[in-house]
Amino acid sequence: MNIRGIVDKMKTPFEKGQKLEKLYPAFNAFETFLFVPNHTSKTGAHIRDAIDLKRVMITVIIALLPALLYGIYNTGYQYLYQTGESFTTIDAILHGSYKIVPMIAVSYIVGLGIEFAFAVFRGHQVNEGYLVTGLLIPMIMPVDIPLWMVGVSVAFAVLIGKEAFGGTGMNILNPALTARAFAFFAYPTYMSGNQVWVSEASYVDGISGETILGILAAGNTPDQYSMLDMFIGSIPGSIAETSTLMVLIGAFILIYTGVGSWRIMLGSVIGAAFTGILFNLWGANELMSFNWFNQLIVGGFAFGIVFMATDPVSAAQTLKGKWIYGILVGVFCILIRVFNPAYPEGVMLAILLMNVFAPTIDHYVIESNVKRREKRFLSKLKTA
Amino acid sequence: MSEDIRIKKGLSINIKGVADKELKKVPLPNQLALILDDFHLIIPKLILREGDSVKRGQPIFYSKSNEKMKFVSPVTGYIEKIERGERRKILKIVIKPSKEDLAVKHKVLSTEKLKSSKIIEILLESGCWPFIKQRPFDIIANPKVLPKSIFVSCFDSAPLGIDFEFILKHQITSFKNGLNVLEKILPNKLKIGLSKHQKYLQAELNKYDTNTFSGPHPSGNVGVHIHHLDPISQGESVWVLRPEDVCIIGNLFESGEYIPTRTIAVSGPPVKNPSYFKTIIGAKLSSVLKNIEFNSDHEFRIINGDVLSGIKVEKDGYLGFYNNNISILKEGNNYKLFGWIPFINNNVPSIYRSSFNWLTSSKPKDYDTNLNGEERAFVVTGEMEKFFPMDIYPMQLIKECMTGNIEKMERLGIYEVAPEDFGLIDYASSSKIEAQSIVREGLDYLIKETL
Repeated sequence: MNIRGIVDKMKTPFEKGQKLEKLYPAFNAFETFLFVPNHTSKTGAHIRDAIDLKRVMITVIIALLPALLYGIYNTGYQYLYQTGESFTTIDAILHGSYKIVPMIAVSYIVGLGIEFAFAVFRGHQVNEGYLVTGLLIPMIMPVDIPLWMVGVSVAFAVLIGKEAFGGTGMNILNPALTARAFAFFAYPTYMSGNQVWVSEASYVDGISGETILGILAAGNTPDQYSMLDMFIGSIPGSIAETSTLMVLIGAFILIYTGVGSWRIMLGSVIGAAFTGILFNLWGANELMSFNWFNQLIVGGFAFGIVFMATDPVSAAQTLKGKWIYGILVGVFCILIRVFNPAYPEGVMLAILLMNVFAPTIDHYVIESNVKRREKRFLSKLKTA
Repeated sequence: MSEDIRIKKGLSINIKGVADKELKKVPLPNQLALILDDFHLIIPKLILREGDSVKRGQPIFYSKSNEKMKFVSPVTGYIEKIERGERRKILKIVIKPSKEDLAVKHKVLSTEKLKSSKIIEILLESGCWPFIKQRPFDIIANPKVLPKSIFVSCFDSAPLGIDFEFILKHQITSFKNGLNVLEKILPNKLKIGLSKHQKYLQAELNKYDTNTFSGPHPSGNVGVHIHHLDPISQGESVWVLRPEDVCIIGNLFESGEYIPTRTIAVSGPPVKNPSYFKTIIGAKLSSVLKNIEFNSDHEFRIINGDVLSGIKVEKDGYLGFYNNNISILKEGNNYKLFGWIPFINNNVPSIYRSSFNWLTSSKPKDYDTNLNGEERAFVVTGEMEKFFPMDIYPMQLIKECMTGNIEKMERLGIYEVAPEDFGLIDYASSSKIEAQSIVREGLDYLIKETL
């Protein structure tokens, strides 16, 4: 018997008028995971593009994989390197997986559980957006955060960040960043400082887990790391954000397939580089005089602008708006890093801030379009 | 005043089975029908009953809102059946033709001497008025209000596009006669849209205000032409006609008779011998499809019109009032195992490079009717704008149509658009949004609330 036949058989109790009718959205999610359904166009265009949200989301996940895999390796590497024992790449990956796979599992189980419950409760289909969010959340957490905190942050992000606004497509803030911001403010000791960025740093003496931005904020220079280290990513930081190289591979996939907005990415780089150069010229403290190019490759900047700022729902939606939004994300990221040493990682706050302002940016872009139309109308009235 | 306009946004979809430029004549069908859905928002008042005999050009019903607006029979014969649906709403009027061909004769005067109001009267009486549609709203034009201009688009950029140069070559005199009639209604306000490649029409029509367009679909859509040449503001209207309908009007003023010939292209991937056929408006499709060979036994969908904005019809259906093509597609009612994973199902074309289909993007492709996904909330932004060559924000407009906010719809440019302009958005939407139906409902709501 083929798979299709088995699925058809399983479907019966979920159909209209049957016992498990209410659970249909949940079943539908599994069915459409296996098969693109046989639905044909009813109204409107008779032919449709191959793209659908599942494919969009899975493309983003593929783009995330290089950063995730490197993050797993780097987690192990940072830990084993600092303990001073000799180790192989396999050891590093094993240690990283031991730390990170449970976090991903918790994120998906809690998040998808809530998504399924809402889909069944509201009677709509399960949206695919959480596939990306659920992977992003562990990737931007410090490695030593307890699993229950991951779970609570996920629940907060999905319930308050998304469902409270009306579900997928309606949220104002990026859900993954909402989760991180929640954890950041609710459990600050687990989310910042110099003990959380390297695996087991708080339990093992002699491990220093400060991030480069943390070192800078404390007024020191991070001499132990070269520019190449920062670019490749063998530095302490949130799990998957450290490697600019891997993020660039992801960015290439997003731009090449047409899924991610290059305008936002480029805008952010321009904004951050410009602000960075200005501060370099000023140079009043360590953070200001930190090379502007290094600003782009340390911390979560690259990861944030490629995978979080481009979230189409919470970003600006008009083309012009995307440029403005992107540039402002870049500017604010560096501003927050430099002026607010309590939050050395500026990109999260910069993106959340711009998420809030994105509708306003769009409003003014659209308003200028509306004005153009009104002007045309009024000039006709005058000549008539 | 002729302009040369390049459209940059859009997408030309290259589908297999474009009709060969070969015109085949088919015998008179044994049944014809007027389909009421073709006349959007017209409430018919019947003049004739089932069983009554009817001449070609004789009114069968008129519009409830304007009793001068007549809808006439395309052939001589008798009314075989008036099909009704829910609440006795008339769906279609089926006519059985007889061998004899008798036509209602209208008094022919040289157009030179006719006044604008007289021409409109003749058009209403003869049954040619429904050929004139208006923007805004994409409905049959209101004869009581003269528009600011009249537009005729002479090329089709839609997938499996028909070649109007080929269709008009055979009837260029009637076409010019028809254009002269329109010039007479509204002097110096007739604008003709041509493709940059239509050298024959450019030469033949050099006396008129012609404008050439190039670029991907929807460069041939009359809405795009209006937007670039004479955009519509609140309170204004523009009339639009399809080229072959202009010929019918030309013939009316030449011969005094209503001669509803239709040249149609039958095309699509499953068609072995796609070509052009000469038939009559409302002809039973089987009379044309008899001459078509298919290259597989798969289930087909027959579409009255093009694959982006046409209407699905059954095999025993009839040719629509306005369209020049019958498109045929394979029904995509099959499941695809893990079909949503990128780079699987590379045979399904995509505007995103998430399959290898773009490698062969210049070759004509096989398309079917599968939705390739399920409807979802709006998520991806910026994809609609890529296919909408107007200075209007399509996604925002669609959202306001959904919420029915009239003031915002007006501000965002609802008066300039027709559902067909959103055909590519339907096609490209990753959330499978039905943009055309949403815009149609938005326009209908606007009519109900404001007119």
